[in-house]
Amino acid sequence: MPLLLTILIDGLTYASWLFIVALGLTLVFGILKILNVAHGSFYALGAYATASMVAWFASMQLAPAFSIVAMLLAAVVVAALVAPLCERGLLRMFYGRDEVLLVLVTFALFLIMEDLTKLIWGVNPLYVADPYMLFGMVDIGTLSYVGYDFMLVLAAVVVGISVWWGLNRTRFGKLVLAVIHNEEIAASMGVNVSRVYTLAFSTGIFLAALGGALTAPMISVQPGVSVGVIIISFAVVIIGGLGSIPGAAIGALIVGMARSTAVHVWPVAELFSIYLVMAIVLMFRPEGLFQRIQARKI
Amino acid sequence: MTARDATPTRTLLLGSLVIVALLLSGASMPRWLTFLLTMSLANGVVALGIMLLMRSGVVSFGQGLVFAAGGYTAALGFGALGLTDGLLLTFAGGLIAALIAAPFAWLIARYRGIFFAMLTLALSMVLYGLLIKSTAFGGSDGLNMGRVSYFGWRPSDASVGYTNYAVTVIVVGIISVWMRIYFDSVRGLVTLSARDNEIRVEYLGSSVRSLIATNFIIAAFCGGVGGALAVIALGHVEPDYSYWTRSGDFVFVAILAGHHSVLAAFIASIALELVRSFSSAYFPNSWQLAMGLFLLAVIRFLPSGIGSLWVQRWRASTVQRGSA
Repeated sequence: MPLLLTILIDGLTYASWLFIVALGLTLVFGILKILNVAHGSFYALGAYATASMVAWFASMQLAPAFSIVAMLLAAVVVAALVAPLCERGLLRMFYGRDEVLLVLVTFALFLIMEDLTKLIWGVNPLYVADPYMLFGMVDIGTLSYVGYDFMLVLAAVVVGISVWWGLNRTRFGKLVLAVIHNEEIAASMGVNVSRVYTLAFSTGIFLAALGGALTAPMISVQPGVSVGVIIISFAVVIIGGLGSIPGAAIGALIVGMARSTAVHVWPVAELFSIYLVMAIVLMFRPEGLFQRIQARKI
Repeated sequence: MTARDATPTRTLLLGSLVIVALLLSGASMPRWLTFLLTMSLANGVVALGIMLLMRSGVVSFGQGLVFAAGGYTAALGFGALGLTDGLLLTFAGGLIAALIAAPFAWLIARYRGIFFAMLTLALSMVLYGLLIKSTAFGGSDGLNMGRVSYFGWRPSDASVGYTNYAVTVIVVGIISVWMRIYFDSVRGLVTLSARDNEIRVEYLGSSVRSLIATNFIIAAFCGGVGGALAVIALGHVEPDYSYWTRSGDFVFVAILAGHHSVLAAFIASIALELVRSFSSAYFPNSWQLAMGLFLLAVIRFLPSGIGSLWVQRWRASTVQRGSA
């Protein structure tokens, strides 16, 4: 029984940050029709920015609780500065081209960002330990968990509900849905499509960076954190269905649970269990588990 | 080259000339250059497989799967089975890769665009996950392999570099000539028209799905041969061969080459290897940056690849001559 509980809690924690990152990926695909290979690089950028920001806050002698603010701020900075630059400066040149070619454009972006982060932050691992202990420990039965992990689950729920709310209950969300339905008609009705694209891309990148910021205290931030995240978040959105918010949630849960089960029961299968699920889903339901073929993608 | 002008005899003749020229010039090349060319040709033949798929209208992001399959076949054949003949190992690499790809080919051939790319990528990552954890395949350290022999003759320290180069030139040369003949055959041209309009091809009585499935298996064979040749030259294989970034490199070469010219695949592969070698020597921390910018420049300014530079010009000149 404790094993089952451990698997569930580990899986849930892992699924939480993964959901936040994958939500960004699925949002960008749903709106801009770009499968962004560089998504993991923005995740890494968020983690690096957090490391710098938390260190800067600490050097100002602020209370440790402010490190949470620093993490949020880091994600906002990445989304507000880097994302519009990439969308306006680079991706815009390739709109309307073949989907696969766009994948390659973002692959180039991934290569570039990989080295840029190394040039800025160096190759030595960085650690952001402060926020991890902020929420104390939680005892469940005989086991003791770090409170931060449960905070992550809460954060994922809040993010998921906010994005759903933003898309379905706000004016901007309705504009976005109009653009997804039909870009030309939306434009002829006076929607500023290019602005929608920039904002949507920035939101997606904000989520990637936020995922990076939230996981930064749990990992050592070093070159190479981005490559693994890309493929795992691909697996999530493909399992759930590209461009679907509930799909991203279900996909994250499946991947999180598959991984934690493998880690605890059959460690050898840790990596390939995830990709195997992805391959099987793709073969038999390429549109994803919870996605019907439909005009409206989100 | 249009189908009418490119008779198989002509292709054979031109191909043999290029092979002989490469063999002769290789003898006077410095060792680093023959090694660089060996690796470029081995990678180029993998990209040639992607080119064939591109001509069918799909792009595989998982050729690392067959590249690794070929490489591991060669290393295991050498280490575990005691097979030492380089040509046998190379052929076995291609064959095993094709056999691994075959059961998926029919299934994969249903998909297009992003789904084809993602499915192939997922399969290559499954292999990566298996390789990195399995002790039989050496785990994350991979496998080493010693020096191979050719028809019972084992090259000396001084001649091993050139011998591997020569074998690679001949094997890759034969595959390339065959590929050009295949491109210009009826089936090859139907493949090309499937890229333009699938429905039309289906109405004319060809099955696009079986075309793509066959081409996928041929591409897998090319990938396996490339993997085996690379591992024989390098003496080492590791799970990274099946990692998605490796597959990305192959797609990179194929996009750089475009789908017009077989020769372009190898020129692109050599260009990539040169950019990689020189930028990692001179800017060790920013060679990926250079590669990324290079790739963006190609996609922006040469969307049909470098092959289009001469093929389209050549075509334009023949059209002019024809109309005059």
